[in-house]
Amino acid sequence: MGHDVSTLKDIIDGAVARYQSNPSYLVQILGEVQDKANYISPVTSDLISKRLGISVADVRSVVAFYSFFHHESRGKYRVLFSDNITDRMAGNLALFEHMLRRLKVQPGQVSRDGLVSVGLTSCTGMCDQGPALLVNNHVITRLTPRRVDEICDLIRSKAPVSDWPSHYFKVEDNIRRAEVLLGASHRPGEALRAAVRRGQQGMLDEVRLSNLRGRGGAGFTTAVKWEACRDASGDERFIVCNADEGEPGTFKDRVLLQSFAGRVFEGMAIAGYTVGAKRGFVYLRAEYLYMLGDLRATLERMRADNLLGNRILGVGGFDFDIEIHLGAGAYVCGEETALLQSMEGKPGRPRIRPPFPVTRGYLGKPTVVNNVETLCKTTEIALHGGKWYGGLGTKQSTGTKILSVAGDCDRPGLYEYTFGVRVAEVLEECGARDAIAVQVGGASGTCLSPQEFGRRISFEDVPTAGAFMIFGKDRDMFEVARNFAHFFAHESCGFCTPCRAGTTLIARMMDKIADGNGTQYEMNEIMRVRDVMTTSSHCGLGQTAGRAIGETIQKFRGVYEKRLSHEDFVPAFNLEAAVAKAREVAGRDDSDAHLGATA
Amino acid sequence: MTKITNTLTIDGRRVPFVEGQTILEAALAAGIYIPNLCRHPELRPHGSCKLCTVTVSGRNGSACTMRALPGQEVLNNTPELNGRRRLILQMLFVEGNHFCPGCEKSGNCELQALAYDAEILTPHFAHFFPKREVDASHPDVLLDLNRCVLCERCVQASRDIDGKNVFSLAGRGIDSHLIVNSTSGKLADSDFAVTDKAASVCPVGAILVKRVGFAVPIGERQYDAESISHQAERLVSQEA
Repeated sequence: MGHDVSTLKDIIDGAVARYQSNPSYLVQILGEVQDKANYISPVTSDLISKRLGISVADVRSVVAFYSFFHHESRGKYRVLFSDNITDRMAGNLALFEHMLRRLKVQPGQVSRDGLVSVGLTSCTGMCDQGPALLVNNHVITRLTPRRVDEICDLIRSKAPVSDWPSHYFKVEDNIRRAEVLLGASHRPGEALRAAVRRGQQGMLDEVRLSNLRGRGGAGFTTAVKWEACRDASGDERFIVCNADEGEPGTFKDRVLLQSFAGRVFEGMAIAGYTVGAKRGFVYLRAEYLYMLGDLRATLERMRADNLLGNRILGVGGFDFDIEIHLGAGAYVCGEETALLQSMEGKPGRPRIRPPFPVTRGYLGKPTVVNNVETLCKTTEIALHGGKWYGGLGTKQSTGTKILSVAGDCDRPGLYEYTFGVRVAEVLEECGARDAIAVQVGGASGTCLSPQEFGRRISFEDVPTAGAFMIFGKDRDMFEVARNFAHFFAHESCGFCTPCRAGTTLIARMMDKIADGNGTQYEMNEIMRVRDVMTTSSHCGLGQTAGRAIGETIQKFRGVYEKRLSHEDFVPAFNLEAAVAKAREVAGRDDSDAHLGATA
Repeated sequence: MTKITNTLTIDGRRVPFVEGQTILEAALAAGIYIPNLCRHPELRPHGSCKLCTVTVSGRNGSACTMRALPGQEVLNNTPELNGRRRLILQMLFVEGNHFCPGCEKSGNCELQALAYDAEILTPHFAHFFPKREVDASHPDVLLDLNRCVLCERCVQASRDIDGKNVFSLAGRGIDSHLIVNSTSGKLADSDFAVTDKAASVCPVGAILVKRVGFAVPIGERQYDAESISHQAERLVSQEA
């Protein structure tokens, strides 16, 4: 599996040269090198650090931060099953076990011949067509036992992934309900022309009038962000499109980028025009690698049409171009300052705020970071004006919102609604019957019980970045919360104490309850740890990581209590399991060797 | 010359501050102790341990990174905030391997001192017992990551004061760990020296100078005589 040093040097030199030996492209360079060399060995890190003139520790720290970088071989074929709760509900674990058995590998371990590894990964954004997996970062949807068998055969026969049947890699849009954004036809350049007609100040005024708020979840007013960036001092400004759609259950940006990319890019150009930025970046999550080729082709087309590049639409001084940065498997990079760190070639640990990116963002310069959907909305405002836009939805939540509906319903997919729609209406339209809960906003969002289905999707009531996961009557909300607990423990960046240790403490206590060793004591402890995470964590990840667990404890207490032992406290330590090794060594299996066996 | 331009209140007490000071700096200057661990007076605020979390006008934030502003009403020494600090300290104890009785730093250790000051008698949670490295390769300095609290003081000091960049924080989440900048990853193969600032800023016993064991006996060490909070005013005078 190893590469001789001369080939490795060629691979590294090629990648480094493509990025002009610029260390801020380290994440991109590592991605390209790993794609060809399968992993980033310590030697590889050493060579890259020398080429870039940075320390080897800095390279290794980046390799060790991102889930999709490996410092040792993970096999020629690296299979990762998406492990969101919706994948679980679609039976991903049985398929995972099936593949492990067929390929005779242990979870997360490389096969003896060095050919393959099979593990789990966080939500891949295919919740409407799961279970899904990634093979060498390429997504395969709609897994069935048969498809898993076929994949095992392809791996055994060492067929290059590029030769695998193309229908494996098909990702459907599943647009079920369309309003202004998903329903309108898009004539390239139309929105950009409209924006230029309005002028820089005029466009900003329209965005302000529209009361457009960020679609990434936080709901910050877009016009305020743009104006602050425009007015910040700096010789250069940047527009960043946050396409690191990692929130479990969210997949609307996937569809926008796959089928509405021209509009996303035009929105970026409009933002660039309005604030005076000349460079834009799309930070694309690694799970969406499959669309990279199409996105680059769209960019090329736009350059050819003078919608990107210099003197756009013939307007002197309107120069703007876009490049795509790939992530490498880190949910926390959806946090805008972590994203900027990643774009600068560092581990994605959120920065101390303030300063905010609008004054000190990418490379310390004024930067607008907007969600994919938000940027699309600016094209609507350019075309139809802020007054029209502000008339849609509710007072504080104008326009439409795209929901990514998944879980127990007949028609999972994208649903675009005017803000203010009731949860019950969405449930009816997607064909969800007997739902016992809806998790709105993903793992970090809110868990609604049926009494709350009359609530409205809006910033003032139930805000969401888009995720809308439905749980039917046979679902176990404890297992939903436990899945989220492990997700956050895996995705915590590790910077601050409450989140680093707290997410692991909660995940372990949830496991203890699942194992039947939990008592009321653990329930109280979980709430105590959650309180510290919520109030003291450094960023939104830690502040929201305990939310779903807290809410399920409040609203679905029964599913916890039925697992609890009735004693005051039960240790997690299991004597029976602890002496298993000794039994094996001693070759004994008599009753006296089973010290901790319960009757 | 800077002059005092304004005041804020901490637990109702008026505290003057100089523009540009953080809430923690203003507090310490006034002899008010806000528990803190990752911060070091000669380094930039890190804001990661979260022990200095205070409530300012209803919002929580790290006192070490929040700018002092006129009229701020800061809550610091409250049962609620101290309760959270206790929990954070317990988290720090169980996520690492801290065995005070056998540690040369005992008595001079800021983590231990904070725990005593918070009246913590047990780590409370089940220990994680992580497997962490001990690097004894360097002739003069021992690196024991079992005790590392990931404050990055050494990372900063080496980079910004020593100009060497010997350390870096690698990994993610609970697997976060310090790494050394050398091809082998060993401290001996880096250009680290015992005279480096980075050798003397560790708040715990993760970076220890070799062959100076127990030069000051237990019982006569920095925090043996007086708790860390009572030393606040003395710490301020040392910084000045």
